[in-house]
Amino acid sequence: MSQFTITIDGREVEAKAGQTILEAAEEAGIYIPRLCHKPGLEPFGGCRVCTVTANGRPCSACTQPAAPGMIVMNETEQVKDFRKTLVEMMFVEGNHFCMFCEKSGNCELQAMGYRMGIDVPRFPFLFPKRNVDASHPDILVDHNRCILCARCIRTSRDVDGKQVFDFVGRGANKRVAVRSGTRLADSDADVSDAAVEACPVGALLKKRVGYATPIGERLYDKAPIGSEIENGEES
Amino acid sequence: MSTLLDSAVRKICKAHDNDPTRLLDVARAVQEKYRCVSDEAIDVISQVLHLPRVTVESLVSFYAFLSTEKQGRVIIRLCDDVIDRMHGYDRVLDAFREELGIELGETTPDGNITLERTACIGMSDQAPAALINDVVVTRLNSDSAREIVRELREHMDPQRLVRTYGRGNNAHDLIRSMVRNNIQTEGLVLLTRTNRGEALRKALSLRPVEVIRAIKTARVRGRGGAGFPTGMKWEFTRAADGEQKVIICNADEGEPGTFKDRILLTEYPDRVFAGMTIAGYAIGAQEGILYLRAEYAYLKAFLEDRLEKRRKEGLLGENVLGHSRFHFDIRIQMGAGAYVCGEETALISSCEGTRGDPKNRPPFPAQHGYLGRPTSVNNVETLCCVTKIMEEGAAAFSQFGTNQSSGTKLLSISGDCRRPGVYELPFGTTLREVLNLCDAEDSIAVQVGGPSGQMVGPDAYDRQICFDDLATGGSIMTFGPQRDLLEVVHAFLEFFEDESCGYCTPCRVGTVLLKEAVERVRDDLCEPVDIDRFQEMGKMMKAMSRCGLGQTAPNPVLSTLENFPGLYANCKKEDSEGYRRSFDLEGSVTEASAIAGRPAHATGEKGGR
Repeated sequence: MSQFTITIDGREVEAKAGQTILEAAEEAGIYIPRLCHKPGLEPFGGCRVCTVTANGRPCSACTQPAAPGMIVMNETEQVKDFRKTLVEMMFVEGNHFCMFCEKSGNCELQAMGYRMGIDVPRFPFLFPKRNVDASHPDILVDHNRCILCARCIRTSRDVDGKQVFDFVGRGANKRVAVRSGTRLADSDADVSDAAVEACPVGALLKKRVGYATPIGERLYDKAPIGSEIENGEES
Repeated sequence: MSTLLDSAVRKICKAHDNDPTRLLDVARAVQEKYRCVSDEAIDVISQVLHLPRVTVESLVSFYAFLSTEKQGRVIIRLCDDVIDRMHGYDRVLDAFREELGIELGETTPDGNITLERTACIGMSDQAPAALINDVVVTRLNSDSAREIVRELREHMDPQRLVRTYGRGNNAHDLIRSMVRNNIQTEGLVLLTRTNRGEALRKALSLRPVEVIRAIKTARVRGRGGAGFPTGMKWEFTRAADGEQKVIICNADEGEPGTFKDRILLTEYPDRVFAGMTIAGYAIGAQEGILYLRAEYAYLKAFLEDRLEKRRKEGLLGENVLGHSRFHFDIRIQMGAGAYVCGEETALISSCEGTRGDPKNRPPFPAQHGYLGRPTSVNNVETLCCVTKIMEEGAAAFSQFGTNQSSGTKLLSISGDCRRPGVYELPFGTTLREVLNLCDAEDSIAVQVGGPSGQMVGPDAYDRQICFDDLATGGSIMTFGPQRDLLEVVHAFLEFFEDESCGYCTPCRVGTVLLKEAVERVRDDLCEPVDIDRFQEMGKMMKAMSRCGLGQTAPNPVLSTLENFPGLYANCKKEDSEGYRRSFDLEGSVTEASAIAGRPAHATGEKGGR
């Protein structure tokens, strides 16, 4: 059973043993919205945006292995509504001010908001008090924008081989902390680390290059998030 | 760095074989010795155990009973849950605050006493209660609270606060506790005398697959609440690839209002350990772990002693009862204050010495559990059922209960009832019968299954306690006519907010938003449209959260919206011109008015335009 078929929203899709639902979908040009997932990293299953139903049961597509004959529902009204609610919750959880964020146009959360047609969150903003760590000469950490996706943690550990970051605290007090001490400047983080690039939002930024690409010419200014996967099939 | 601390912490690490998977034990030991796990101690631990510093910090910041700030020599942890609040928590807290001259979360200036609040400590039948270090004090009132502080100031020895012991093993030399058993029914299956060693002897005379068959014949389902068939779980674990297998007993009884495992651990520890050993034999495990919640630390020495006795009697260790191929031993893993660790994969994380984050499934513990070994996690009560089935046979067990829910269930009953305590009743007993037994016929509402369960009203009192109707891991809370149910809902949501691990978005954010929504309902600042949104969010949390905590956290709201819609009746409708009547205009501009030097009332009335 190294190769088998699953169906996604009624469409038959080839999958390989060991592939997750998300990977199988992606190969077939089907985009399952996601934020914490990044190819090459160990699946995290934390943001839950990629939740689909598999044989009727909800599961995160980034962690659930595809299985022969599996019936996956990705684009039902219910699933889409739930995802929209979820992304709205991410906006109210942190302090996201897209209009003056350097990441605007390259931000996956912002792009997800546009893709899902979110004008304004229906929930009250929580306005948490969070810190900015500008101690590092080349990297800025702005916890206001962090969505706790663990991409920096996983990338630093598994790609950079450094383990600069980890989570501390729990629940609403959970945050990304630095390996040694409290400031990024005290760690061995370097601007060339893949971890810096891995951040989907503007929580980890390279200093002094914020507007090198003008607004209007950025990744998601041109095409919605996910279209690279959806168009992959046609091209 | 102080070399004294350095060498002491190194010694603690060494006592745990410098094993990074024992980090939780190391941190607990450091906390006990130094009343905190300081930044310096974290440095030493990370060095010796070869862990990144932030990994140690991450663990310390996760568990409620660990702290980087220095705490008092004595920590008073006042149990703050709904039941305690109903029985005078506020008055007791005030007495402690006044007598100590400090607020919650603070330590007296002399560094002696810290005052904290904590989630349910498993004493709802004798609330209000508190932990003073590891010592449990119960049935507090403002007088006894003041007396406790005065005495502690004299001798600083919490154990001396205990003058009378509860019945049974509570008076045992290794427990010496004022905790009462409050066993309220004649035992049917579980709360009966046991024949030591008999069950295990019988099990070992069978082949492991025959043991599993007997458990399946008795149709045992997991007593923690989820109700997964125990025999099937064992079969999966037995069949999984792996030389070493593990059986874990989940004694992290954290669901507020549940305290039945306390009774089993106090009065029937051998039945629990026998159940673990039988399970070990059935699945092919050599290693058993009893995960004991930190709140039950007062039972630890007693349980360790029982394990030692069992080793001496050949019931544990090499060649159990002379069986040539069965070697099995049990260790106790202490928790450190985290409700989520009752979730089986979080519990495994905690046993591995990390944050108690739940794990992604698949792989399931039966395939890939503790340290990657096939693992079966079973509830204390489930394992007691196992022992009884071996002793008396499957038929004797399944003569009680219903077709889908065989056997009996231990219920922990608390709240507005005259006879709080532990009841053993056959599955299928109606809620009305339960309320009659505990003398709570005038209840306006009953919370079945704790905050993660559901709140039902009188129209549901003829429903049955069983897996397919009113399921419960054991918690039954009763509420009399004088209670404000919205306050109950709010308290439950506060609990989930405190206990969410924060791993996944729906739970981490949803618990906060739901709690604030109920506050707005309470404060008359809510509209029907808000309720619709939060109901939608609750459904999303159920479907999209990563583990049972987030999936059940919206239940207080969802079940009351369904069963007690009147609680939300004061939500204000938009007026005919489309203004939101709930919008507090004045409140919203108060700060700006103050900055502008204008009197606040100049903006008009509340809810005005």
